[in-house]
Amino acid sequence: MTVNDSNHTDVLLRLEDIQIEGFSDEKWHPIIRGVDLTLRRGEVMGLVGESGSGKTTLGLASMGFTRAGCRLSAGTVIFDNMDLSAIPVPERRKLWGTRIAYVAQSAAASFNPARRVIDQTIEATLRRGLTNRQTIEQDARVLFASLQLPDPENIGERYPHQVSGGQLQRMMTAMAMSPRPDLIIFDEPTTALDVTTQVEVLIAVRNLVEQHNTAAIYITHDLAVVAQMADLVMVLRYGKEVEQAETRQIIKAPEEDYTKTLWSVRALEKEQVRTEDIVLSIENVDAAYNQTIKVLQDISISIPRGRTVSIVGESGSGKSTVARVITGLLPPSTGRVRFNNDDLPASTKLRSVDQKKRIQMIYQMADTAMNPKQTVFEIIGRPLEFYHGMRGQQKRERVQELLNMIELEDRFANRFPSELSGGQKQRICIARALAAQPELIICDEVTSALDQIVQEGILRLLLNLQETYNITYLFITHDIAVVKAISDEIVVMYQGRVVEQGMKDDVLSPPHPDYTQLLLESVPEMDPDWLTNLVKNK
Amino acid sequence: MGFVTLVVVSIIIFGVVEFLPGDFSQAILGQSATEETVAAFRKELGLDKPAHTRYFDWIGAMLQGDLGISYSGRGASGSDLSRPVIDLIAPRFWNTIFLAGVAALIAVPLALILGIFAALFRNSIFDRTVNVFSLSAISFPEFFISYLLILLFASIWPIFPSLANVSDDMSLGERLVVTALPIVTLVLITLAHMMRMTRAAIINLMASPYIEMAQLKGVSPTKIIVQHALPNAWAPIVTVIAFNLAYLVVGVVVVEIVFIYPGVGQLMVDAVTTRDIPVVQACALVFASAYILLNLIADIISIVTNPRILHPK
Repeated sequence: MTVNDSNHTDVLLRLEDIQIEGFSDEKWHPIIRGVDLTLRRGEVMGLVGESGSGKTTLGLASMGFTRAGCRLSAGTVIFDNMDLSAIPVPERRKLWGTRIAYVAQSAAASFNPARRVIDQTIEATLRRGLTNRQTIEQDARVLFASLQLPDPENIGERYPHQVSGGQLQRMMTAMAMSPRPDLIIFDEPTTALDVTTQVEVLIAVRNLVEQHNTAAIYITHDLAVVAQMADLVMVLRYGKEVEQAETRQIIKAPEEDYTKTLWSVRALEKEQVRTEDIVLSIENVDAAYNQTIKVLQDISISIPRGRTVSIVGESGSGKSTVARVITGLLPPSTGRVRFNNDDLPASTKLRSVDQKKRIQMIYQMADTAMNPKQTVFEIIGRPLEFYHGMRGQQKRERVQELLNMIELEDRFANRFPSELSGGQKQRICIARALAAQPELIICDEVTSALDQIVQEGILRLLLNLQETYNITYLFITHDIAVVKAISDEIVVMYQGRVVEQGMKDDVLSPPHPDYTQLLLESVPEMDPDWLTNLVKNK
Repeated sequence: MGFVTLVVVSIIIFGVVEFLPGDFSQAILGQSATEETVAAFRKELGLDKPAHTRYFDWIGAMLQGDLGISYSGRGASGSDLSRPVIDLIAPRFWNTIFLAGVAALIAVPLALILGIFAALFRNSIFDRTVNVFSLSAISFPEFFISYLLILLFASIWPIFPSLANVSDDMSLGERLVVTALPIVTLVLITLAHMMRMTRAAIINLMASPYIEMAQLKGVSPTKIIVQHALPNAWAPIVTVIAFNLAYLVVGVVVVEIVFIYPGVGQLMVDAVTTRDIPVVQACALVFASAYILLNLIADIISIVTNPRILHPK
């Protein structure tokens, strides 16, 4: 984004030596350990870091806000020559929502379900009291229109559950913009969205910020997104600044090793291999929920042995339903599932233990997929007992073997899930699936809840396991970078149908069917001009 | 659903009354009555028929709005001064509704306001005082509170009468003075539940992302609770309010006895002592209906305050 030169010296926000502590286990722990930040009018600063790096805490601190259980232990927040850390909260409250606005990560959770969207959109602006309600509402409708929301005249009258997640995210941007604030904090505003929706929100946000010369702090873990949105980028780790530079500079030539590792994750790629030996095939499957809501129509997919097939598509495309059909949780209304050239019974209840053993699943949320009251030994030991009848010494040895396979040490066997990091939890889930000695593992968005560096580790592990044990993966994901890293074949799904399927290189290179084209061109690239060029070409 | 519950309740009421030791004919005719007189009297009242026949007779009449004829007033000599149950219950029913209604009109808004303030000033002195006070109030049985209030406000400081003796010709003001102590008792025993649920429901919602969003929009704490939290908290609050209102109507029995208040509760207790079965059954059914009706209303309110149901996609 270009910066208006006349404003260049006009400092809007200055954070000096910010230190924030959080209270847990009867002690204060540092979250932010001394960060300085300067933002000028009209400038956009990208805050990048893994989860736990303190980027949201820092974002909120720049409003003079700390969450319950946290405190600003040192440092000052100077906003427009006012020291926010010194003035009382009721005084700060006058600035919140009017001169400094916040856009939350999950708009679906951040809109009050009991109130109309328009009332929430104009709430803060109305309080500022510069003009009357009609004018403000009319302005909100104009904002809705400029954010390309459908039916901008009336959409505000709806309740949050009556509009989609992507639309709510845009409405939240309108809400932030409505009082024409000097500063907006965007906290991962597009992380929860599909890539195709993300592009629209990114374009809309960028236009609005540019048009009104609003300064912004843009928090994200997605480097490609920050490359499009920010003038400056600050990389955070463990509550400290790693590096700060202009966007083009930091993307082209990052100085710190940590920044370089962040950048390198996206480079992971794998050679495709063609195999004719089919382990599982789905033939002309239709499926519906409650016999009425059709979710899959005429799906045929075949999965070659020892390879990875990725299913890509946006939410609602039916990709997770395919997994439910294969595992027998949702019997298809027509069509069949064949495994090693035999028909599989449609429902899990009708399948033998041996048939169940051969197909295992790994889920997106490792947290909820494990019993928090069981140790790792019990979690991995259960399928050993159930499928292979192992007990005692034999079971103990096998658990250790499995832990080694997933690159964890033996001592992890006695831990509970709550004592593990996100990546370690997902590894335990992989070990549990491996314990059954399956031929096919269905991976449902297994990396999308993880930070990029951890993601890379998990993907590498899965690839190694495939090479060593000839395991077949069905990979369900919306992330094209993951698809490139792990697949041999790709299936593109849209609205319950298969749009395209084939070898990875064929699918990823033109010519594409329309939907694949849209999907691929919506994936942000590291090139800072990517979004600008995309808008130009549209 | 409410209707099915009512049918089940009617069977239970009938069954329980069947198990009451002794019967009306023996109670009225006395120890000296011969077996023939008792049998003749039982036949006159229809007590000689098998239980299920009597149940269907009773429920059939009940459905036609006929609550039956009270047993009392029948003398051993054959004189019949008995009155229809409906005439006995109706005036007393309005008395009970008056007592419970006034108590509810005070208790519900008071509980909501105290609950909101307790949530707003969570863990403050105010919050703790209200909590300790209201918890103590429900920890004592209602007769204890009644006698305590009589001791304080009728005996030591004689502000209110100890007997809630109302009559038809009283003005509303006189009525309120006379019934002040029973009303305060009922308010005290129902306040705590409603207050604590309001507080808990609101505090529970305070951790929601949309509440944090409201804070970040600079909405003041009071407005956050009233405009953002409360509209989402109605379902649990209304359920507890209905439960307590039902308890008001039912729990009124003990309070009516203590203050000798001419309500349905007192009528029922009198009827039980005289084995006046039609009156006992009718009173029990009135209480059950009130209970079920209030819970039904609560369910309807919690459904219609849910925006997802009120405004479908």
